[in-house]
Amino acid sequence: MAAVIPDQLHDHHHGPTGLMRWITTTNHKDIGTMYMIFSFVMFLAGGVMALTIRAELFQPGLQVVEPELFNQLTTLHGLVMVFGAIMPAFVGFANWMIPMMIGASDMAFARMNNWSFWLLPPAAILLIASFFVPGGATAAGWTLYPPLSIQMGMGMDMAIFAIHIMGISSIMGAINIVVTVLNMRAPGMTMMKMPLFCWTWLITAYLLIAVMPVLAGAVTMLLTDRHFGTSFFNAAGGGDPVLYQHIFWFFGHPEVYIMILPAFGIVSQIIPAFARKPLFGYASMVYATASIAILSFVVWAHHMFTTGMPLAGQLFFMYATLLIAVPTGVKVFNWVATMWRGSMTFETPMLWATGFIFVFTMGGFTGLICAIAPIDIQIHDTYYVVAHFHYVLVAGSLFSLYAGAYYWLPKWTGRMPDERIGKLHFWASLIFFNITFFPMHFLGLAGMPRRVPDYALQFADFNMLASIGAFGFGLSQLIFLWVVIKAARGGGEKAPARSWEGAEGLEWTVPSPAPHHTFEEAPVVK
Amino acid sequence: MSHTLEKYFVPEPSIYPIFGSVALLLFGSGAVMWLNDVGPGPLVFFLGIALLIYMMFGWFGQVVKESQGGQYGKRVDLSFRWSMGWFIFSEVMFFAAFFGALFYVRVLSLPWLATGENEAVLWQGFTQEWPSSGPYPYAEAFTPMGAWGIPAFNTLLLLTSGVTLTWAHHGLLKNRRDQLAKGLLATIALGVIFLGFQIYEYFHAYSDLNLRLDSGIYGSTFYLLTGFHGLHVTIGAIMLAVMYFRVRAGHFRPDNHFAFEATAWYWHFVDVVWLFLFVVVYWL
Ligand code: HEM
Ligand SMILES: [Cu+2]
Repeated sequence: MAAVIPDQLHDHHHGPTGLMRWITTTNHKDIGTMYMIFSFVMFLAGGVMALTIRAELFQPGLQVVEPELFNQLTTLHGLVMVFGAIMPAFVGFANWMIPMMIGASDMAFARMNNWSFWLLPPAAILLIASFFVPGGATAAGWTLYPPLSIQMGMGMDMAIFAIHIMGISSIMGAINIVVTVLNMRAPGMTMMKMPLFCWTWLITAYLLIAVMPVLAGAVTMLLTDRHFGTSFFNAAGGGDPVLYQHIFWFFGHPEVYIMILPAFGIVSQIIPAFARKPLFGYASMVYATASIAILSFVVWAHHMFTTGMPLAGQLFFMYATLLIAVPTGVKVFNWVATMWRGSMTFETPMLWATGFIFVFTMGGFTGLICAIAPIDIQIHDTYYVVAHFHYVLVAGSLFSLYAGAYYWLPKWTGRMPDERIGKLHFWASLIFFNITFFPMHFLGLAGMPRRVPDYALQFADFNMLASIGAFGFGLSQLIFLWVVIKAARGGGEKAPARSWEGAEGLEWTVPSPAPHHTFEEAPVVK
Repeated sequence: MSHTLEKYFVPEPSIYPIFGSVALLLFGSGAVMWLNDVGPGPLVFFLGIALLIYMMFGWFGQVVKESQGGQYGKRVDLSFRWSMGWFIFSEVMFFAAFFGALFYVRVLSLPWLATGENEAVLWQGFTQEWPSSGPYPYAEAFTPMGAWGIPAFNTLLLLTSGVTLTWAHHGLLKNRRDQLAKGLLATIALGVIFLGFQIYEYFHAYSDLNLRLDSGIYGSTFYLLTGFHGLHVTIGAIMLAVMYFRVRAGHFRPDNHFAFEATAWYWHFVDVVWLFLFVVVYWL
């Protein structure tokens, strides 16, 4: 892709300074940075909860936390990781990269962009503070199923309002991204020339706009059932607790694609760069992403095979779910085909991206296994499902985030990431991840239920192994902090504009670190 | 090659978003405290609302100023159009959750409660009918809301308001400012009358029909669907009022009046939601 870049070395930042700069900023790079810092803080908070859970599960019996607190921890771990860590991290990437990738001066609505970010801390405050109110945090699981979620104390109400606030933030953020991509592209940057990351985020943003309001509706019904005597989820009044599950998963399944489609986008940027070949099957990648998004609206009840739905329903949702494997397979095929006969090198970003393909694909396969109704009736709500969604969320979403962070770190900080330490981070994470989550498949198949603080003796060995892996994984993440701080403080090799030999795209045509304002005059893409 | 693309307006750093965030934090925590009877709930709650209103005044006021100052070009205008469209779509999905709940109970869960093991063991003698407050045997009886009284009249009001708004829009396009102002006023008046009837209907339901929020699933769906719709009518009427004052202040030109159009889109959206409501909540 050739581009004419107007002179833009004037790198001025004006307006308030100090803390007020961050509070009032309308700059997409500042806002992107804040999103990422926020999400890493949330990641550590959710991680502490996870390690407490694993400490309790190290041995059978109750040692570390009371069962009540245990349930609060699993619930908040899920909510914090999904809404606090993974989603904001991807929005941070979108903020930083989409304007630079399409040659825009900023996001379409820069002021609203600021609000989208600054709504997150209040939501996080509500969630975390709920541990300290009478009755503690909600312990209904991150899915907040009634009747449990109807019975919880005020921590549940705090979670409901936190979800509302995060929903407002997501919807505004998503609309911003849609409009930016549709309306702010540089001349010549046609839709089918856009980097795949922009495409996957565009489609993700549509998913967000479509399903976040549905989640808001679901938790609003919970709130009125809790406090105003409505009977949405109460059979005695003619409602149905299963109704909640339908509404929740109508949001929930697209939500899992909200957390993985941008990951696909990041990986699709990185693999071509280090295989030094254009992405194989660009158009098919776009169509596959769109098909996954559309299909994700008609598969939700695969989370509900054990609720006693009619056979026809089970069959429909089973086949529809299995169909998603086709476009997902197209993607994996294209990544591998991009590597085929490429002139590959394995710098840290490429290691993460390659690792992603291996481990994410395993999570995809276990997803297919879960999707087969007769099997799922056995493994639903067991550790098998826990293994499945950690393979797609940790080894999928999180690994891609790391891949992207190492890939674009030079653009953000002007310094190359430390290769030796970065590789250590990757291998430690990959190995400890598998030590933690691979045994969970066996635990689940053997019948260990999820969301329990204690378990039968025959599960002891694998649980101990998983706990050891978890602590190893948790500690390994601090390595990343070290890499980022080092680069941010100006340590390490200076990064050239095109920081990786094979990297393509407009973002690599501006200096590293990227000046505060880029593309104030649009480049022309040929 | 910058001449191919006009410069896109990027606002200066702004203090308003953080006000909005603090406002929602106060609003949310105040509501939680109020609902659970701890601490100064109502105070915090209304403080949040007050701050939110202050933030909106300031923020939207600034947007109006920027717009009047000619800072928004054609590209920003197009951004506004896309964003309003997708915002309305998100609102549609919000209502879809509640309509979905209504369909689910009417088509699936009530028939299930009235057949098979549920009927044989749990809720003996429960028959499926609509309206229903569910199988709980001690529930108080209520009379459902009829369709052909106030609701039908309200339908007429909203449909007429759609017409008056379009008439106002024509006035704006042909630069007949008087028609524009009158059309807007008529639309606002119709909206307010609609709301008045809606409030009266709720009073009537509580005092005469014993139809309450806790009247089982019928009461739940009835009040949440009509209530959220009423809230949207209120918001729409406030938006229309703002448009009216802007018209009086001489804003909008035949070729540049997106705020007016956005309000009109919103109003029509609220209209359409009502039509669905009328059919599935009141009528069928
Ligand atoms: C080939 C693609 C996939 C298939 C066929 C699939 C299938 C399934 C099925 C059938 C379940 C329900 C299991 C049960 O509860 O019994 C499930 C659970 C789950 N999946 Fe997937 N999945 C896929 C991809 C993903 C992705 C990409 C993510 C996220 C990035 C994800 C996240 C989750 C989560 C979080 C749960 C557990 C929800 C809960 O009950 O708490 N899945 N998946
Ligand atoms: Cu799913």
